[in-house]
Amino acid sequence: MSLPSQLAELVEEFSEVGPRDRLQLLLELSRELPDLPGRYADARDLSDTMEQVHECQSPLFLAVEVEPAAENPERAVHLFFSAPLEAPTTRGFASIMHVGLDGEPAADVLAVPDDFYVKLGLAEAVSPLRLRGMAAMLGRIKKQVRTATTHPPATT
Amino acid sequence: MALEKDTDPKLADYAHPERLVTTEWLAAHLDTDGLVVVESDEDILLYDTGHIPGAVKVDWHTELNDPVTRDYVDGTGFAQICGERAISRDTTVVFYGDKNNWWATYALWVFSLFGHPDVRILDGGRAKWAAEGREMTTDQPKPDVVEYPVVERDDTTIRAFQADVLSHLVGVGGENALVDVRSPGEYSGELLHMPDYPQEGAVRGGHIPGAASVPWARAAAEDATFKPRADLETIYLEEQGLTTDDDVVAYCRIGERSSHTWFVLTHLLGFSRVRNYDGSWTEWGNSVRVPIATGAERGSA
Repeated sequence: MSLPSQLAELVEEFSEVGPRDRLQLLLELSRELPDLPGRYADARDLSDTMEQVHECQSPLFLAVEVEPAAENPERAVHLFFSAPLEAPTTRGFASIMHVGLDGEPAADVLAVPDDFYVKLGLAEAVSPLRLRGMAAMLGRIKKQVRTATTHPPATT
Repeated sequence: MALEKDTDPKLADYAHPERLVTTEWLAAHLDTDGLVVVESDEDILLYDTGHIPGAVKVDWHTELNDPVTRDYVDGTGFAQICGERAISRDTTVVFYGDKNNWWATYALWVFSLFGHPDVRILDGGRAKWAAEGREMTTDQPKPDVVEYPVVERDDTTIRAFQADVLSHLVGVGGENALVDVRSPGEYSGELLHMPDYPQEGAVRGGHIPGAASVPWARAAAEDATFKPRADLETIYLEEQGLTTDDDVVAYCRIGERSSHTWFVLTHLLGFSRVRNYDGSWTEWGNSVRVPIATGAERGSA
């Protein structure tokens, strides 16, 4: 399975440069992470409406919305993230997910290999320990997409 | 030439006030010859978003660790890290960082393994500097490379290995003491990792038998500075019954939080024999047939 085109492009950008420039790319991405829309940002407690990714080193919350089948048969996925400004690495990881996967059909998101991030070549620049958050983020996104796209059992 | 020490009255109370500087002191000394400011963070990109003017970055994961063996860099590697940052053997190095200076105290501890003479912590770290609205910049300094001698690392004085801890167990309760600085849930064995942190692969939970549970954060004040000496004495001496002559081993999960406690006991309270067990729970909790205690009680070996 090939990666969604935006994600594939990101992977290519990362793989074309050396470790130092990869960090620079990640920093730029961290700055591009969009702010939360009001329906999430206004919540008194983010954990009311968003899921916390405990595997990240800093508090990261994510929300996944899947377009209803009636409106979009491809079930496009939309992603929302919140991470503190003083956690740029975590924000950078979230931004990779956002740039790479937001707006993609559910099936394509589910088909992203769990270890795709290895291809970003960040292990050397960032340390493997810090990369675990990225794997966890993808895992939780997929789980939510799977739940949203599974037909609810028929009521008896 | 070492810089003059900070004569702030809060610092003066500590056993070794020369190991700390206040934000005021640092702001007044930033451009002084013989001083290098080092930022050491949990987040590898945080420095690049803005840092204290002139400060250089040292990353624990990717720089102070050996890339292959689970160990620190050797004397040659350390000399290169320092030389590239214009740190010579007589430079005053002031460390600061995020998360209550965890990684800053960790870096200071590694510098101490190589016996770098003048190492200090910025009390309150990055958080306090930023909260006070002090200058930050994204300008990367371009230090002139200097010569740093190749010094052999001393792993016997302030560092403990698993074998040292095993032999240390016998005397726990006497003059040997163990301090577990993790959260209460990790200490009891209920959690295998820090709350909200990644599971780092310990197969057993609990603590080293006989270890006192003193979470590192108890030594930190709200503004990320160290608590005043009297408060620290209440915790470690009165409540835990430690004495400054005790032979103490501190540990956590990978040795970073316990560097904070190592700093507190050694430099703020004047303990003469404190070692940081950097293998910590990620080694102990995976080892075959080492004794483990679970629950809130210290237990015994």
